[in-house]
Amino acid sequence: MRRFPVTPKQGCSVVTGLQLGDNRAFTYPFTSKTAQIHLSFPYSFISFNSPYLLLQGQIPRNRYEIYRKKAVAKDFGPWKTLPIMGEEEKQQKFGVEEEAALVVKELRKSFRSGKTKSYEWRVSQLQSIDKMVHEREKEITEALYKDLSKPEIEAFVSEISMTKSSCKLALRELKRWMTPEEAKTSLTTFPSSAEIVPEPLGVVLVISSWNYPFLLSIDPVIGAIAAGNTVVLKPSETAPATSTLLAKLLKEYLDQSTIRVVEGAVAVTSALLDQKWDKILFTGGGKVGRIVLTAAAKHLTPVVLELGGKCPAVVDSNVNLQVAARRIIAGKWACNNGQACVGVDYVITTKDFAPKLIDSLRNELEEFFGKDPMESRDLSRIVNSFHFTRLATLLNEDKVSDKIVLGGQRNENQLKIAPTILLDVPEDSLIMQEEIFGPLLPILTVENIEDSFDVICSKPKPLAAYCFTNDQQLKKKFVQNIPAGGVLINDTVLHSTVSSLPFGGVGESGMGYYHGKFSFDAFSHKKAVLYRSFDGDSSIRYPPYTPRRQRLLKAVISGNILG
Amino acid sequence: MDSIVIDLERDLDELRGYYRSGKTKDVTWRKSQLKGMLSLIKEREGDIFKALKEDLGKHHVEAFRDEVGVLTKSIKFALNGLQGWMSSKKAKLPAVALLSSAVVLPEPLGVVLIISSWNFPFGLCLEPLIGAIAAGNTMVVKPSELAPACSSLLANAIPDYLDNKAVKVVQGGSVVGQRLLQQKWDKIFFTGSSQVGRLVMSEAAKHLTPVTLELGGKCPAVVDSLSWSWDQEAAVNRITGAKFGACAGQACIAVDYILVTKEFTSTLVALMKAKIKDMFGENPRETNSMSRIVNKQHFLRLKRLLSDPNVQKSIVYGGSMDEENLFIEPTILVDPPLDAEIMKEEIFGPFLPIITLNDIKESIEFINSRPKPLAIYAFTKNEALRKRIVSETSSGSVVFNDAIIQYAADNMPFGGVGESGQGKYHGKASFDTFSHYKAVARRSFLTDFWYRSPPWNEYKLLLIEATYNFDYLGMLLVILGLKRSR
Repeated sequence: MRRFPVTPKQGCSVVTGLQLGDNRAFTYPFTSKTAQIHLSFPYSFISFNSPYLLLQGQIPRNRYEIYRKKAVAKDFGPWKTLPIMGEEEKQQKFGVEEEAALVVKELRKSFRSGKTKSYEWRVSQLQSIDKMVHEREKEITEALYKDLSKPEIEAFVSEISMTKSSCKLALRELKRWMTPEEAKTSLTTFPSSAEIVPEPLGVVLVISSWNYPFLLSIDPVIGAIAAGNTVVLKPSETAPATSTLLAKLLKEYLDQSTIRVVEGAVAVTSALLDQKWDKILFTGGGKVGRIVLTAAAKHLTPVVLELGGKCPAVVDSNVNLQVAARRIIAGKWACNNGQACVGVDYVITTKDFAPKLIDSLRNELEEFFGKDPMESRDLSRIVNSFHFTRLATLLNEDKVSDKIVLGGQRNENQLKIAPTILLDVPEDSLIMQEEIFGPLLPILTVENIEDSFDVICSKPKPLAAYCFTNDQQLKKKFVQNIPAGGVLINDTVLHSTVSSLPFGGVGESGMGYYHGKFSFDAFSHKKAVLYRSFDGDSSIRYPPYTPRRQRLLKAVISGNILG
Repeated sequence: MDSIVIDLERDLDELRGYYRSGKTKDVTWRKSQLKGMLSLIKEREGDIFKALKEDLGKHHVEAFRDEVGVLTKSIKFALNGLQGWMSSKKAKLPAVALLSSAVVLPEPLGVVLIISSWNFPFGLCLEPLIGAIAAGNTMVVKPSELAPACSSLLANAIPDYLDNKAVKVVQGGSVVGQRLLQQKWDKIFFTGSSQVGRLVMSEAAKHLTPVTLELGGKCPAVVDSLSWSWDQEAAVNRITGAKFGACAGQACIAVDYILVTKEFTSTLVALMKAKIKDMFGENPRETNSMSRIVNKQHFLRLKRLLSDPNVQKSIVYGGSMDEENLFIEPTILVDPPLDAEIMKEEIFGPFLPIITLNDIKESIEFINSRPKPLAIYAFTKNEALRKRIVSETSSGSVVFNDAIIQYAADNMPFGGVGESGQGKYHGKASFDTFSHYKAVARRSFLTDFWYRSPPWNEYKLLLIEATYNFDYLGMLLVILGLKRSR
C-alpha cells in the first residue's frame, strides 16, 4: 500500500490561515470605520471587515474569548501559523478588493460573450475535470494527507471517487438536463404552448470548506459549469495544501477566462463577498453562513448554504448490534475523524441497551483502528491546533470530563485525539450545545426509544438524522416526525452519496440543495416561456367590462365552459 | 418591549405549538383550509369587490379577472393536486445499493411569514397562502397597509374561514413589518420592491431564514413590425389591456416600456390611441374601467417622472392628471431620454414609453444592458428572433405574443431572477416554496460491504473502486483474487 513520506509536522509547517497567537487580528471593540467581527467557521476565528454586517450582537463572544485565551497562551511551536490579517495584508486590503472586482469583471465579460452557454464548452470543461482527477489523483491524495492526514483510501472513497462519479454523471446527463421541459397549459391561456427553459445565472461564487477540501470545492463547480456559468472558487485557507493544489490544477486544466480560483483568508473572502454575484454556494458553519447571506442580500443574490448541525443517530434495542456499531463508526471516525457535516454527532439509545452498544463499539473500534488508535494510520488528524483546543475544551468541561467511557487520549503535538465515547453528558454541556466536529461521541440514554424524538426536536434541525431499528412503526414515525436535511434508516452518511437524492439542509443546517441534477438546478434559473399565437384572442379579457363579458370570464377562468 | 412585540411573540408561540402538534401536516386539515379559503372568496366576493374599489378604484370585472377568478382557479388546482404533491417520490438507486430504498419526501417548514403588496391585495396575499397551507405550515400574513380596506377585510374574514390557530393576520405599517422581520421564521415570502426586498433578506440572514422575493423590474415588450392587421390588432389589444387594464400599470408584470422599430412606431401609436379610446372611452376617469393610483405619495412620484421637460416633450398621448381623485390618464411617450428617471426606475403606473430602434434585433442588447426583468414580452412571428430572445436574454419569464397572462398559468413557475427576485411560486411551485424536500434512504441490516470500514488495505481500495464504477465483474475478480492492482 502506498504511503506518503510526509509527516504531519512537515505538512503543517505551511499552514496559513489561523491567526492564533497573533493579536493584531483581534482589535476589539470594533473601530468605527471597519467593524471587525469574530466568527467561527464553524469555529475558527475570522475577523470580518464589512460595515454593513449587523451581526455584532449575535456572536457568543465569551466562548470565543475563552478559546482564544487558551490558544494564545500556548506556544504552538511548529504549529504556529501565519496571521490572517497582518498589518501588511491590511495595507493590501484595497488591492485585494480591486483584484476581486477585476476577476468578477473579467468573468462577467466572458459570460456575456455567451461561450459558457454552449453545450460544447460545458462538456469540454467537465471532461477536463474528469481528466484532472484521473491524472493528478496522487497529488490530490498527498495534499489531503498534508492538510488532514487523511488516509489514502478514505481520500479515495470520500473525495476522489465522489468527484469522479459526480463529473461522469453530469457528462452523461447534461443534454437531458439542458433540454427545456414542456409545461401543460390551461384553458385560461388557450391556445398556447409553454416550456420551462433552464438558463445559467451568470457569475457564481463557490466558497468551500476544509474538511473535504477537494470534493466540496469541485462538486459545486461541476454543477456551476454544467449549468453554463462562469465561476470563482474560493477554497478554504485552513486546508492550505489542497487550496494551493486546486489553484494550480484548475489553472492548468480549465478555461482561465471563465473559471478561476481565488486563494486567501478573511480579507479575500470579504472582498469577494462585496462583489455582485448571481449565486453563491457556501459550505461551512452557520455563523459565516449568516454573513454570506447578509452580504448577498445587498445585491439580492440567491444563496445555497450547506451548513452542518448536530446529526443524531437513534439506536433501537432490536438491531443487529455489530452491523449498527460498524456503521456508526463508519459515519463518525472513518469520516475524516468526525470532522464531517453529515457525520454522527451524538447517539441516543435506551438505558438498558447503552452498555451493549458501547461494548460493541469498543470491539469494532479495536478491530478497525487497533489497540492503540493513536498509532492508527487509518484515522485523520484534527485539522489544526485551534480545533484541537476547541475539542479539548469540550472534553475538559467539569461536568463532561468524568463521563468518558472510552478513549480520551490526545496528543497535541500530533493533533490527534483518539475515538472517544462519553455516556450521559448533561444536556447543558458545551458538547451538547454545539456541533462537535471531531472524534467525540456522546451517547445519551432515554427510558423509551421514542423519547429520543423530543431530544432531537428540541435542537435546531440537523443536516442528517439516522435511525437504527427493525421496528417498522418506529421507522415510519422517525421519517414523518424528525425534521432534517435528510434521513437515513439503518446506516450513516450513505444517503449523501446518492446522486438522485437532493443534498441540503433545512433551518440551521442550511438552505438549497445540490448533488446530481440538483447541482445543475442550483445554478440555473428556470425560465417560464409561454408561446401564444395572435389567433384566439378573446375580447372578454379587455375593458369595457360588460355584464356579458363578466359572465363569460367567470366561466373560462373556472374551467366551466357550460357556465 | 413594546406591545406589538409582546402580542407577536404570543401569536408565534401559539403558531409554533400548533405546528408541533402535527395537526397541519394532516391532509384533511390542509384540504379543509383550502376549501375554507374557497368559500371565503365565494361568499365575500361582494365585499372584496367593494374593498378593491375603495382602495384602488378597481373595476369589479378587472378584480374578478386578476384576483378573485385567478384565486378560485388556483385553489381548485391545489385541491386537485394536493395528494400527489404530498406523496414521496422514489429516487433511483444503483444496483450495488442492494436492499435499500430511497425517496424524496416533502415536509412543511414550520412557521412562515407572508408579506404582501397593495396592488393586488387579495391575489398577492392569498396566492402564496394557498402554497403555505398546502405544504402544511402555520403562518402569519401581513397585508399591505397601503390598501387599508382590503387589509382590514382580510383581517376580519380570514379568522371566520380558516383555522385561526394556524393562520394569523397582522395588520400594520413599516414598524409592524420591522418587528415581524426580527422574529425567527422558517420561511419569508415577500412581494414588493427590491429596496425592501434587500432589507427583508438581510433581516432573514440573522436567523438563516430562506426567502422568496417577488420583486418587479422594468418589463419590456418587444414589438416586431407586424404586417397583418389582424396581428397588429391582437398585439395592441393585449399590450393596452395589460398595461392600463391591470391596476393601471401598477403591476409587477405590467409592460413597462415598448421596444419597436422606427418605421413601425407611427402605426403602433395610432393603433394604441384608438384602442385606448375603445377600451376606456373618451374620458377614462368617468367610465370607471381603469384603476386609480393607490395614494398621494405614488401619485406625486409619477408626477415627478413626467416633470422633466424632455420627458414632457415626448408625450404623444394623454398626460393629464387629476390629483384630487388620484387618477392618471393612459399616457404614451415616444423616445423619452434614456437617462431620465422614467427609463431608470420601474414606472408602476399608466405611463408607457416607446423606445424606437433601427433594427428590432437591437432590442436584445437594450434589454441585456439593464437589470434582469420579471418578464419579457415579445410580439413577433419571427422564429429566429424568438429563439434569440429565449436564449440570449434573461428574465423571470418570457411570453410571446401576449402579456401578463403567464400569471394565470398553473404549470409554469412564476418568479424573478437577479433584480426581479428569487424563488418561484404558483401551482405546484407554491407548494415547493413552502416545503423542504427531505432525502430519505432506508437500508437493511442484511447486506453490508465488509470493505467499507478500516483497517484499510489495498484490497479494500480495489473493491471500493470497482463498486463506485458499478464494475460488478471487477468486484468479482477482486474477490476471487484474480485482480490485484488498479
